[in-house]
Amino acid sequence: MSELRALYQEIILEHNKKPRNFRKLEHATRTLEGYNPLCGDHYTLYLKIENDTVVDISFEGAGCAISKASASVMTTMLKGKSKDEAQGLFETFHKLVTGELKDISFETLGKLAAFAGVSEFPARVKCASLAWHTMRNALDAQSEPVSTE
Amino acid sequence: MQTYQDILTSKKSGPGFDPDLVRGSFPILNTTVHGKKLVYLDNAATTQKPESVIKALDNYYRQLNSNIHRGVHSLSEKATEAYEGVRDKARQFINAASNMEIIFLRGTTEGINLVAGSYGRSNVGQGDEVLITGLEHHSNIVPWQMLCNQTGAVLKVAPIDDKGEVILSEFERLIGPKTKIVAIAHVSNALGTVNPVKRMVAIAHAHGIPVLLDGAQAVPHFRIDVRDLDCDFYAFSAHKMYGPTGIGILYGKQRILEAMPPYQGGGDMIRSVTFEKTIFNDLPHKFEAGTPSIADTIGIGAAFDFLNGLDWDAVSHYEHELLVYASEVIGAIPGLRIVGTAREKAGVLSFVMDDVHPHDIGTILDREGIAVRTGHHCAQPVMLRFGIPATVRASFALYNTKEEVDELVRGIYTVKEVFH
Ligand SMILES: Cc1ncc(COP(=O)(O)O)c(C=O)c1O
Repeated sequence: MSELRALYQEIILEHNKKPRNFRKLEHATRTLEGYNPLCGDHYTLYLKIENDTVVDISFEGAGCAISKASASVMTTMLKGKSKDEAQGLFETFHKLVTGELKDISFETLGKLAAFAGVSEFPARVKCASLAWHTMRNALDAQSEPVSTE
Repeated sequence: MQTYQDILTSKKSGPGFDPDLVRGSFPILNTTVHGKKLVYLDNAATTQKPESVIKALDNYYRQLNSNIHRGVHSLSEKATEAYEGVRDKARQFINAASNMEIIFLRGTTEGINLVAGSYGRSNVGQGDEVLITGLEHHSNIVPWQMLCNQTGAVLKVAPIDDKGEVILSEFERLIGPKTKIVAIAHVSNALGTVNPVKRMVAIAHAHGIPVLLDGAQAVPHFRIDVRDLDCDFYAFSAHKMYGPTGIGILYGKQRILEAMPPYQGGGDMIRSVTFEKTIFNDLPHKFEAGTPSIADTIGIGAAFDFLNGLDWDAVSHYEHELLVYASEVIGAIPGLRIVGTAREKAGVLSFVMDDVHPHDIGTILDREGIAVRTGHHCAQPVMLRFGIPATVRASFALYNTKEEVDELVRGIYTVKEVFH
């Protein structure tokens, strides 16, 4: 049970129940789909980029608690961030969920810390990373939907 | 032979089947997952293997290994004898008329591809129709779709109702002068529905149309008699009936198989080859090009022996009772909905829960040692029909017990606790 609690942290459950920025974004400058064919997670990510800065971000779609909470938390963290900062967060997050980040202080991670438990569940890394991969590709102005397979 | 329903009714009074007598034969059932005793409820994906099957594989490589149908040396003769002996067992197991009707190949998927590629390519043309149903596994959809794309034929789908049963009047209505072949799952892997295939075959035959049955999920659960069903093709996989992976069987009526061109070319499927002309071998070798999976064929032979050693109807009845019990106790959990409530079901219990995605349920159950499948079960059109992205699927085998169902119920309450 303790490992399960570590995975399904309160923050994750709460964002799953009430995802933030969960809507279509009018006037989005980038729109990209991300999906996980194996389990059917499927989201659309909307970004409004001005002067290389994420001025607004939102998402829609359906999937498991991990993928939805991850998308939701991501949107709350990225608003106002520059593309480079977003890229940096992507890397931190990726290392965190794949277990490559050891001994990092929770202050540095902020809300991302909630996803530290994911690394103990290799089958769920894809769920946690889906929105992040989609975001990164959207920033790169790619138009192919992101698939985690 | 009786129908599935008859088997179930007739066995109500007979001697029961005790799963504890066979559990000991399955070494993996004694292992643990995350420190918990394994509760294996993913049998529709693949079943576990009894000791006798594992030993048969080992023994083959230790004592018999050599290529078949080739050498004059003793080992090759012995291996050939063992391999062909399994064909006898397979014929008896499904009550085919002749060994020529038993084709060894990789599994259900390859069997269906063989029929679509060989029978389909020679009998289905521009504007013709192929009829399937709304509950098919991708392997009974995609080969037909590919055939239709290649030939300009049209794929028709008989819809299913909210219970997950094929609407027979629609099925009948969709059979017309252009229909060239009908392909139906005997049992649905996503919903558990047992289709009334004997009736469906009769309906198609009344229009002179041959029928392929996908028996992947039926063979593990009840006796199959292909002559009684009167189907033209029947495909199934060893690994879902306690045998090894990589081997399966396609049954086809001799008359039809004889008229079909080979599916693949190579060694073993020929009688003589010159650069000008090849004379193909007789059935069933015509459809077995190249060195087959000999060890796995020996392995499926051991699986047939294992099953023949049991009172098969008693097993069906036991499994049915287990499914009824599971449906009752799991269906009673608040906030949980069973998907697929056909009147006749075998082996499969699919469900969804309010507010918890199947993938999360699967992870939590796994930590409790319970293996279920979550996802679309290679049946995306079924998910679409029910308006859900995925389900949790518990699927049962003869070694599963009521105690394991109770473990699953406890696991589901753990899910609720985590997600409060
Ligand atoms: C109904 C059904 N048909 C076909 C298949 C494909 O079987 P295989 O992968 O062994 O070829 C499956 C396996 O999941 C199945 O459940």
